[in-house]
Amino acid sequence: MNQPKTPHNLSYRSVFSLVLKRDLTIALRHKDDIINPILFFIIVVTLFPLGIGPEAQTLSRIAPGIIWVAALLATLLSLDRLFKSDHSDGSLEQMLLSPQPIFILVLAKIVAHWIITGLPLILIAPLLAVLLHFNEQSYGALMLTLLLGTPVLSLLGAIGVALTVGIKKGGVLLSLLVLPLYIPVLIFATSAIDTAALGLPYSGQLAIIAALFFGSLTLAPFAVGAALKVSTN
Amino acid sequence: MYRNKKRELIPLSATNTDNVNVDSTPIESEQVNMPPPLLSATNLTCIREERLLFDQLTIAINAGDIVQVEGPNGSGKTSLLRILAGLSQPYEGEVLFNEHAIATCREEFHQHLLYLGHLPGVKGEMSAQENLAFNLALHGASDKSINTEATLAEVNLTGFEDSLASHLSAGQHRRISLARLYQSNARIWILDEPFTAIDKQGVHALEQLFKAHIAKGGCVVLTTHQDLLTFSEQQVKKITLDYTFDSYDE
Repeated sequence: MNQPKTPHNLSYRSVFSLVLKRDLTIALRHKDDIINPILFFIIVVTLFPLGIGPEAQTLSRIAPGIIWVAALLATLLSLDRLFKSDHSDGSLEQMLLSPQPIFILVLAKIVAHWIITGLPLILIAPLLAVLLHFNEQSYGALMLTLLLGTPVLSLLGAIGVALTVGIKKGGVLLSLLVLPLYIPVLIFATSAIDTAALGLPYSGQLAIIAALFFGSLTLAPFAVGAALKVSTN
Repeated sequence: MYRNKKRELIPLSATNTDNVNVDSTPIESEQVNMPPPLLSATNLTCIREERLLFDQLTIAINAGDIVQVEGPNGSGKTSLLRILAGLSQPYEGEVLFNEHAIATCREEFHQHLLYLGHLPGVKGEMSAQENLAFNLALHGASDKSINTEATLAEVNLTGFEDSLASHLSAGQHRRISLARLYQSNARIWILDEPFTAIDKQGVHALEQLFKAHIAKGGCVVLTTHQDLLTFSEQQVKKITLDYTFDSYDE
C-alpha cells in the first residue's frame, strides 16, 4: 500500500442508484414506513364526509383543500424517517464520510422518500376524490398539482429533518420549521384545482408550483447536505 | 470560565517524541528530513457542554504509526477522533491531510480515510452481506468483483451472510462494520473503540490486521481501554487526555 491504489470513483449515476436501491430495499422490508402515511391519508379524507355530512355540494367545494391538507400532513408524518434511523445507527456518518458528493446521496434519499410516500398518495388520491364528489373537470388539475407538489414537500421537508435530526425530540420543531414552507404549495395547488373546476385555465398556478419544484430540486440537496454536517457536529 | 490548563501529550518512549508533539512545539523543526505527516492537527481546542476537553493539542501522525488515544470516560477521545475525521469542527485549530486542510480536499481525504465510530452503521433491515456490499460500494474502495462472502468469513460471520442484521448480536454488527477493514485501500484508519463487543480471538485478529496495515504504510488511530497485546510498547504511540470534572471560573 505504499503506493495506494486510488479508489475507483463512482459516477453520480451509480452513487444515486446505489443509495436509492438501498433505501427502497429497507422500506420494502419495513412496511410500516409505506403503510403509515398512506393509511393516515385515507383515514383523514374518509372521515370528512362522515363529519360534515354527505351533501355533494359542500363536499365538492372543500374537497381540494381536504385532499391537499391530508397529503401535506401525511408527508409531514413520514418525514422523520428520512434521516432519523440512519442517524441513530451511524450510517449517516458513514455516508457523510464517503468520498461521494453529499448532494447526490441526499438527492437519492429524497427521491426514495418520495417514491415511498408521495407516489402512493398520488395513486390513491383520485379514488378518494370520488368519495368527496370531486368536480369532474378538476381531476386533471388534482393529478398535476400532486405530481409537481408532493416532490416539493419531500424536498423542503428534508431540509427541516436534516436540521433537527441531531435533536432528541425534534418533532415539534420540525413541524414549525417545515409547515410555513409548505403553505405556498398548498395555496397554489388548491387554487389551481378550484380554477379548473370553474373551467378556467390554471396554467399560472401550475407554473408557480413547477417553479417551486425546480427551485427546491436544485437547491434543497445542497441545503440538506450543509444542515446534515451541522447536525452531526 | 474554562479551565486554562494545557493538556499534555505523553509520548511513551523517547524515540517517538517527534511524532507526538506537545503543545506548541513546532513540528517542522524536528522533522526536517521526514516526509510530511499523513495526518496532522495543529492547536486543536475542543469545548463540549461548557467544558474544555483539550486545549492547543498538536498531533502529527505519520505513515506506519499506530496511535492509541487514552483517557477516562468523558475525556474527549471520541471528540478528538471525530474532529480528526472531519465529522466535528474544533473550536480552534485545524486538521491537515498531507498538509492540506481537510475541508479543502474533502473527497480526496475521504478516499484515504476509514472511520468507524462507536455506532456500527449497520442497517437491521439488510443482510450482513448487503450491508457490507453497500458500505464497500459507497466508499468506492472496491469494484464489483469483491467477494463479500470471503470477507465476512474473515470476521467469522460464515453462515450469517444472508441473515438480516436485526437478528444478529451487537458483536456481530461490529464485525460487519469491521469487515470493511479487510478490503480497505484507505491509508488512514480512525477507529473508535473497535474492540467493543469483540471476543478475544477477534481482538487478536484485528491486531494482526493493524500490523499488516501499518507495515504497508498506513496509519491507525484508535481509542480502546484495552492494551494492545501484540504490539510492543515502543510501537504504540499514545495520546493521553485527562479528565477534569471542574470547570472553574478564573
